[in-house]
Amino acid sequence: MTAPAAAADGEPLIRWDWIGRNLDGVIAEAFREHLVLSFAPVLLGLLIALPLGLACARWPRIYPAVLAATSVLYAVPAIGLFVIFVAFTRLTYATVIMPLALYTLSVLVPAVVDGLRSVPDHVRQAAEALGHRPLRRLLRVELPLALPVVMAGLRVATVANISLVSVGALIGIGGLGQLMVTGMKWPGGGFATPVIAAIVLIVLLALAADLLLLLAQRLLTPWERAGDGRRGRAPAREAAAPEGAGAAGEGGAA
Amino acid sequence: MITFDGVTKRYPDGTVAVDGLDLEIPVGRITVLVGPSGCGKTTTLRMINRMVEPTAGTVTVDGRDVRGVDPPTLRRGIGYVIQQAGLFPHRTVVDNIATVPYLLGWDKKKARARAYELMERVGLDPALARRYPAQLSGGQQQRVGVARALAADPPILLMDEPFSAVDPIVRAGLQEEFLRLQRELEKTIVFVTHDIDEAVKLGHRIAVFRVGGVLAQYATPDELLDRPADDFVADFLGGERGIRRLRFFKELDEEEAAGGGTAGGRTGSGGTAAGGDDRTAAAGR
Repeated sequence: MTAPAAAADGEPLIRWDWIGRNLDGVIAEAFREHLVLSFAPVLLGLLIALPLGLACARWPRIYPAVLAATSVLYAVPAIGLFVIFVAFTRLTYATVIMPLALYTLSVLVPAVVDGLRSVPDHVRQAAEALGHRPLRRLLRVELPLALPVVMAGLRVATVANISLVSVGALIGIGGLGQLMVTGMKWPGGGFATPVIAAIVLIVLLALAADLLLLLAQRLLTPWERAGDGRRGRAPAREAAAPEGAGAAGEGGAA
Repeated sequence: MITFDGVTKRYPDGTVAVDGLDLEIPVGRITVLVGPSGCGKTTTLRMINRMVEPTAGTVTVDGRDVRGVDPPTLRRGIGYVIQQAGLFPHRTVVDNIATVPYLLGWDKKKARARAYELMERVGLDPALARRYPAQLSGGQQQRVGVARALAADPPILLMDEPFSAVDPIVRAGLQEEFLRLQRELEKTIVFVTHDIDEAVKLGHRIAVFRVGGVLAQYATPDELLDRPADDFVADFLGGERGIRRLRFFKELDEEEAAGGGTAGGRTGSGGTAAGGDDRTAAAGR
């Protein structure tokens, strides 16, 4: 509440001169740190979620337990995790990166599992029947087809993480979150300019990251949009055709 | 020749999918496995390329027990056309067709050249080569499925209800072309269907299965229609047996009138212009 009070005293909401003086210094440094802390946890999370998701898709019985574990992790307050990790990593980037990576798992593991489950059964069987060995089938057929769902999860995890990074400011490693702390603790009852600058930059970073990932997804999955022109017709006609043995219906529903 | 010798498939839950099957599938002919849902026809087909392993008995291909061959290697030597085509949605038509050549390590140029050759063979416009499966009609997708199975020129082709997902008119066209293709290629084909009309139209020999995986009768279409082994087979053939027979003999007559004596033996109804959704390329051949 201190910042608006200051504004009421005739202080402008944003002091552009402060931004100008600190752009190359404090702001640039905080932004650089925020970038690292935005993407490193998601990358690390993906590296963990991939094998975990593959295992869950292969042995569906472990999936509920894994899902519960990632949800519980997500429920642990960040400050608590930071304190725990400080004991192992001291105060380094890793102290923030590792807990944030764990948070991404609650989105990324289901994304990997759902992605693999989205591969139609008849496609998987065709790959086997044509003579793919399991690893090749995974790398060349199943993972590419899971990509749209995995990428959707990756976008959610990235945007969520970009905003979550600020919490690291609680232990002094929070990227743009650091500017918010600076503003809050400003002598004389707070200073709005750094807080607003941090919020604007975080939102812009989130938008840019989301757009970038969307673009990457489009480039990586050209077949996703290829059918738009004609796709509507063929499946509709197939659905109307008589189905054979019960199994024939499953792939169509997927 | 593919031989089933006392083959049984029993699942852990006790279900018997195939029960004591003895069957000899001749080289260079179309053998149709037909029967109602749950009769074990697809299971039987899949025991040939080890997608399913028998609980008892042996399956041999040209005298060799299939269990002696590593499954992926075995499968690359046996064409497979799956229900709903099973095309890879993320690969273009030409790369779908070249799948097995790629798996066999052919260089890309040679594999693609082979794929284009097969597109022409199955009546696909080469302009479709760079499209994705979602951009094709149901009939075109089935053709790609057949071309993909033929890509590495396997002597054996397994087909699991390949034409069941397309509408009847397209299906009739695909069947006609399939018979034309087989006259040229003379592959050993095992064809699964639940449609007795399709079985009679395509098969040199027909194996009728009953629920529980028991072979009810194994005979030529002619024998089957003439002398069904029991009530089950007679019922499965349906009430229109007489009409089917008439049509069957009519086709034979037409064949003889048209010169007959084709290498593949029995052929489809020669000269019948079958409707199709995408036959333009075929017409140019």
